[in-house]
Amino acid sequence: MTSSPSTSPFAAKTFGVKIDRLTKRYNGVAVLKEVSLEVRPGEIFVIMGPSGSGKSVLLKHIAGLELPTSGRVLIGEHDAADALAAARVRLALVFQAGALFNSMSVYDNLALYPREHRLCNEAGIRERVMRVLQILSLEKAVARFPSELSGGMKKRVAIARALVMEPELLLYDEPTSELDPVMSATIGEIIATMRRHTAVTSIVVTHDPIIALSIADRMAFLMDGRIRATGKPGEFQHPADPAIANFLNPTIDLEHPRFKQLETDNE
Amino acid sequence: MKQLTAILEAIGSTALLAVRAARHLPTLRRQFPRFIEQCYLIGYTTMPIVTILSFFIGAVLALQSGYSMENYGAKQFIGTLVGLSMVRELGPVMVAILLAGRVGSAITAELASMKVYQEVDALVTMNIPPERMLVLPRLAAVLVMMPVLTTIGNLCGWYGGALVCKYTAFISIEPDSYFATLKRYMEVKDVCDGLIKAEVFGFAIVLVCCNIGLNTRGGPREIGGAVTKAVVISLILILVLDYFVTKALI
Repeated sequence: MTSSPSTSPFAAKTFGVKIDRLTKRYNGVAVLKEVSLEVRPGEIFVIMGPSGSGKSVLLKHIAGLELPTSGRVLIGEHDAADALAAARVRLALVFQAGALFNSMSVYDNLALYPREHRLCNEAGIRERVMRVLQILSLEKAVARFPSELSGGMKKRVAIARALVMEPELLLYDEPTSELDPVMSATIGEIIATMRRHTAVTSIVVTHDPIIALSIADRMAFLMDGRIRATGKPGEFQHPADPAIANFLNPTIDLEHPRFKQLETDNE
Repeated sequence: MKQLTAILEAIGSTALLAVRAARHLPTLRRQFPRFIEQCYLIGYTTMPIVTILSFFIGAVLALQSGYSMENYGAKQFIGTLVGLSMVRELGPVMVAILLAGRVGSAITAELASMKVYQEVDALVTMNIPPERMLVLPRLAAVLVMMPVLTTIGNLCGWYGGALVCKYTAFISIEPDSYFATLKRYMEVKDVCDGLIKAEVFGFAIVLVCCNIGLNTRGGPREIGGAVTKAVVISLILILVLDYFVTKALI
């Protein structure tokens, strides 16, 4: 499950991901239930689902930040739960809230990875950082601190920090949450453009149907900890599954309000 | 039983953190700027409060002992008492208590918020071990700064005592005589024992605070809880370790 796209100016190779009967329980409560998926090398794979369906938990398992209760996640040939996988696979995760280092400037946030791994000298690091900042139109933010950035800029800086790593697998956790529609579309364009530049496998977790249907090569619906459906975006334009149809095209129904159903579910 | 398990788990994870940090010791030279930054935060910013507190501890010690020893005609030994008390016990313990309150709480708050806001997770995904970047420079800095702070604290305590002895009517001992008795009964071993204690306290405080910070889960409320927990555990640890280290050194 490895490919080496020759067009990439960033990553030398990229990996596919195989999730095999992954189950995760917290205090006995199953958040993920026998989830199985296969993400092919070089594709943008979108995982959609309502809030609380386990999307971010699934992404954390791929990143090796959580250990499965049962089942496994393979990145290429490497088990994601293996701590050494992090050294074998250059994996970048764009966190929902950015997770930028607040005590560092934008430049230092981006320079941290190449500096810590001694990938090149300071001049090389500067060139690498500035190239990525230029691609994302963030040159003016270079000396600013995360607390001085808008929500949209934080997301872009988080993506820039991931790109500086020249990742072999790129994970996005809700990259458009808390953003206005125009900024969401911009982030969607960035994700698609980055894949075009890098040919890196990208897994995007989102509940934004517009972004998902626009950028995905393939997508999966995660509902109540289970995979409900997988397929190409075209297959979900008019979904037969009422739960997916309702999720993609929600309507306000005052006759049968959903929150009443939620109350019944909780009981 | 549950509490015992939790205590054993905490001891185990703290020891493991120390081992993990020690494994990155060869990278310390590369982390020199971070080490210097931590030396500044742990040492320089704590110095004023150590100076003031130690001065007054020495002063009160001289005052109390002068009041009591006058009745036995032994007030010429105030210098010895203040000197040895500061060097062997009060200096290291007071500096450690200040370190726990001032630096330990700040370390816990910083690392806990980094954990809660996923900055630590970001480091892990970047294959940058948090022990290397966040724990090792702090441990190295505290090992360098504790003897410095303790020595400054000891000196301030001695001078606090000297001033009280000179200007308190019922004591009235000249500084020359005060420092002469202070030196007469003090050995290099006393100073070294005090510094060893300070090193043990400082290392334990920073390690515990780092461990609690890095294991914080939840939101802002848990950050506050982690800070309280770290300071309380550090204070208990100082007194418990004080007994055992003193026993080992005597």
